Amino acid sequence: MNETTSDILLLAFGSFGILFALTFVGEVLRAREEPGFNNPVLDTYMTRVQSWWGMVAFVGIALLLGRHGVMLLFALTSFAALREFLTLTTKAQADHISLALGFFVVLPLQYIFVGFGWDGLYTVFIPVYAFLLLPIVSALRGNSERFLARVAETQWGLMIAVFCVSHVPALMTLDIDGYQDRAVLMIAFLVMVVQLGDLLEYFFGRRIGKTRIAPGLSPKTWEGVACGVVSAMLIGGLLNWITPFGLFGAMAMAGVASLVGMLGSLVFAAIKRERGVKDWSHLIPGQGGFVDQLDSVIFAAPIFYHFTRYFYT
Amino acid sequence: MKYLRQFAARIVGQSIRIFARAITAVRADWQGIEPVPKQRVYFANHTSNGDMPMIWACLPPAMRRTVRPVAAADYWLKNKIRAFVGPEVFNCVLVDRRPEVKDKPMDKIIAALDEGSSLIIFPEGNRNMTDDLLLPFKAGLYNMGVARPHVDLVPTWVANLNTIMPKGEVIPLPLICTVTFGAPIHVKEGESKDEFLKRASDALAALAPEDRS
Repeated sequence: MNETTSDILLLAFGSFGILFALTFVGEVLRAREEPGFNNPVLDTYMTRVQSWWGMVAFVGIALLLGRHGVMLLFALTSFAALREFLTLTTKAQADHISLALGFFVVLPLQYIFVGFGWDGLYTVFIPVYAFLLLPIVSALRGNSERFLARVAETQWGLMIAVFCVSHVPALMTLDIDGYQDRAVLMIAFLVMVVQLGDLLEYFFGRRIGKTRIAPGLSPKTWEGVACGVVSAMLIGGLLNWITPFGLFGAMAMAGVASLVGMLGSLVFAAIKRERGVKDWSHLIPGQGGFVDQLDSVIFAAPIFYHFTRYFYT
Repeated sequence: MKYLRQFAARIVGQSIRIFARAITAVRADWQGIEPVPKQRVYFANHTSNGDMPMIWACLPPAMRRTVRPVAAADYWLKNKIRAFVGPEVFNCVLVDRRPEVKDKPMDKIIAALDEGSSLIIFPEGNRNMTDDLLLPFKAGLYNMGVARPHVDLVPTWVANLNTIMPKGEVIPLPLICTVTFGAPIHVKEGESKDEFLKRASDALAALAPEDRS
């Protein structure tokens, strides 16, 4: 067993330990309830913790399988996210071919480019080639009704669900001195600091939050976000041994990723509010859809990727 | 041989269900009824050939075993594969829509109800290719409601399938499909055929998600 594998196992068992504690607390609370009484808050909490078990297991196995496992996991995540997103966008039958191309050509190609590490291609493929070519395919069908809304919303879906998500596994292709096969650990770092930061932002927001950032959009508060970002920085500092960033570098990167992620989830809240839905889908019990669960990671990934590339390669 | 065919039908059925779930993540939304095995007639909107397999795929196993879609014989007997999938995988009640055939469709439907099966029917009669939400309903639903008044008639809306697989396209889009089950209705005493069909059509249309356009 090499050092990378043992580090992944250590992280996985650490996460299982936290989940075990959370499950234990939930079960104790449940046992103390009066028989026949159901507490909806506790039920939601337990469903979420159960979904977390599944997610930690999936990510852990993918990381242990290495490059191919991670590619496959994120390609499938992109597929699920794109499906949720495009279900809610404006479209007409004239877009059928360009939407099919998005699912069955653009998405696989993006992951093939990431898999081969062709960074000159995967950083421009969707923002340039798909951006220009898919509207042509739609225009050829000759339906101009709400054309700009249709092509713009499709492009937004591809950028979010494919381009941004694919920047998580793209971290593995970065060439950092003396770090080679440990690059897979950076994915664990990004996902953990962003998601734990979100969790603590929610917790502190509930406890001490007062000033809403965007009233009418989301219950997020400045106090909650500040506490969440500081917590993410502390967690990033604690996890600095799996990164090439050093102690202060890891704290800074965690803070940036967490802040961008939290503000990014406001953007998703605005989209959901406009479309009149509460969740993107129903696929993850207790959490809504893949986009609900990953919105902050999606926003943070390209920024995290480019900062790493600029400062550490 | 009989058991072998049954076994093959089970496997094909499971494959269709898994395929539908993997591609469209089809989900049942039980708004007006509970997912319990009770005798019902699910009447649904019809925009695509995928409607019936979608409803079928999102029913829980116990309900799927007792449900029989009412389908057109001319479609399902066209070739050997369809003749296997229609009657044996989906356990369809096949009715002949051609006027020159003396076969009475309603007799077969009532017989299926009397043996305890639930049914899936498309009361518009044909696939809806228009921009209207629903086509006018045929009399069949009313006749069933009058002949077997104890059976619940459940409005069932299949959303999104006309975007997933519009007529004339070859590749299905993997978008999320939702099947919404509304509150059951019955033919009221003294209610005329047209009144009832109007009420049934409204109950079904009420389940359609709001158009954002």
